[in-house]
Amino acid sequence: MDELFYREYILEHYRKPHNYGRFEHPDLAYEDDNPLCGDRIRVELKVDDGRIADVRFEGKGCAISQASASMLTDVVKGMTLEETLRLGKDDVLENLGAESISAARIKCATLGLKVLKEAAVGGMPQAWPDEEGQAS
Amino acid sequence: MTAGITPVSDTAAERIRADFPILATRTKSGKPLVYLDSAATSQKPRSVIETISGYYEGYNANIHRGVYDIAERATDAFEGARARVASFFNAAESAEIIFTRNATEALNLVAYSWGLANLRAGDAILLTRLEHHSNIVPWQLLAAKMGAELRFLELDGQGRVVLDDLDAKLRGVRLVASAHVSNTLGTIVPIEQIIAAAHRAGAVVVIDGAQAAPHLAVDVRALDVDFYAASGHKMLGPTGIGTLYAKRALLEAIPPFLAGGDMIRRVSYEQTTFNELPWKFEAGTSDIAGAIGLGAAVDYLQDLGMAWVRAHEVALTAYALERLNAAPHVRLYGPERAEERGGVISFTMGDIHPHDIASILDGEGVCIRAGHHCTMPLHERLGLAATARASFYVYNTYADVDALIEALEKAARIFKL
Repeated sequence: MDELFYREYILEHYRKPHNYGRFEHPDLAYEDDNPLCGDRIRVELKVDDGRIADVRFEGKGCAISQASASMLTDVVKGMTLEETLRLGKDDVLENLGAESISAARIKCATLGLKVLKEAAVGGMPQAWPDEEGQAS
Repeated sequence: MTAGITPVSDTAAERIRADFPILATRTKSGKPLVYLDSAATSQKPRSVIETISGYYEGYNANIHRGVYDIAERATDAFEGARARVASFFNAAESAEIIFTRNATEALNLVAYSWGLANLRAGDAILLTRLEHHSNIVPWQLLAAKMGAELRFLELDGQGRVVLDDLDAKLRGVRLVASAHVSNTLGTIVPIEQIIAAAHRAGAVVVIDGAQAAPHLAVDVRALDVDFYAASGHKMLGPTGIGTLYAKRALLEAIPPFLAGGDMIRRVSYEQTTFNELPWKFEAGTSDIAGAIGLGAAVDYLQDLGMAWVRAHEVALTAYALERLNAAPHVRLYGPERAEERGGVISFTMGDIHPHDIASILDGEGVCIRAGHHCTMPLHERLGLAATARASFYVYNTYADVDALIEALEKAARIFKL
């Protein structure tokens, strides 16, 4: 892997993640892990009229997964739930400032996004059949 | 070189390295390849690669049936490889070596063929806490199906298997399944004692030798082991071929695992008579090239001598343990003494996630494993989600260890430890 990948600002996010922690009463929440490496992320949302008013995340794992989740929380504030569903791998890479990432690490980089989307789906009218997507 | 470490000449290692074409390549980052992941799969010497292409280019044919020349040559090469594997493990006869896909399939063969025929409700299966998933999951499935119970031998603070309560734990046990060498902690399990105690208690013993067969001289008759599984690709051979040693009496008593061609003597629409050993357990066309390649791998190891292989590994491991112990922020798991472990070292470094360590090392051309190494329950017991793991084989040198340490120092700098 490109050693530039571990740039200062990525490690900044890893050491001092933004929007870290939990709400007392989140509107939506979801948690998932990557069993291959033990990365775990929880995302909580405050939703106002279908729009993300505030966001918190918690997790543990590698610098890529945690920094990527931290950056994502900055990006999605103010977005509608629908808009978050259109975010993809390229947006994650753009946040990280990386052109590409090895197949082995892409799961780390996109775990936060995956969890955020599951949380968002839980707040949408045509709720995902998976009940775990609902607010907990 | 530090005092107390048996010097194994780097000249010998350099000569060996010349036999492995991949070691002359460079990584994407332009660095020389420092391969420290042989516990996952070993590299292959030219003799193995050429033996495999020699079969495909010179005498590719199916075995045990053709009457023409190349078919006979293929059969001779395939059975010759079996004989060499039998001699490698000091089996009494070739018929006690079954070719499988890998050690996992060999263990599953025992679970299905022996387990379904012999285990009864209320019986117990005894494992250790350091097993690879492949030596846990088949027994969980079998135990659930038969109403049997799983028990575990515990580990001490250095990851060594505790034998104090072995006899007590063996009560009611019909089968003991243990690794010979841990793929995570490196621990060499005292299987001699376990086998002897298990036999006194009337239990059958299957050993997962995936991490031991490549590195230690394994004498199945001296061990008096009932079943011994190994993977070819971890011992210089190709992927897709593994072996199960089993005592003849056991193989004769149990039903086949997979059914199909080659494992039969006579088939009618109503019933089938099975073939003799070992073919009773080899349904369908085997991985012929793989078996022949494994024969060449075993030849290579025997030319080196397993005593040399082990001495080289102990020397490298001792050196690596010493350097890693001296490296700031590095924490090691497993036995402290190189003599008590195989060439596998799992570690963590400060609060850097093992995947980040492995990614930074990759940029330096150093290949290590990061994750749970298929031992999730063991990692949970250690209170870890993942570890980084470096593992050595015949082609590794002290310089490889130095490259590992240098790359780790770089990771520490990047993460400002």
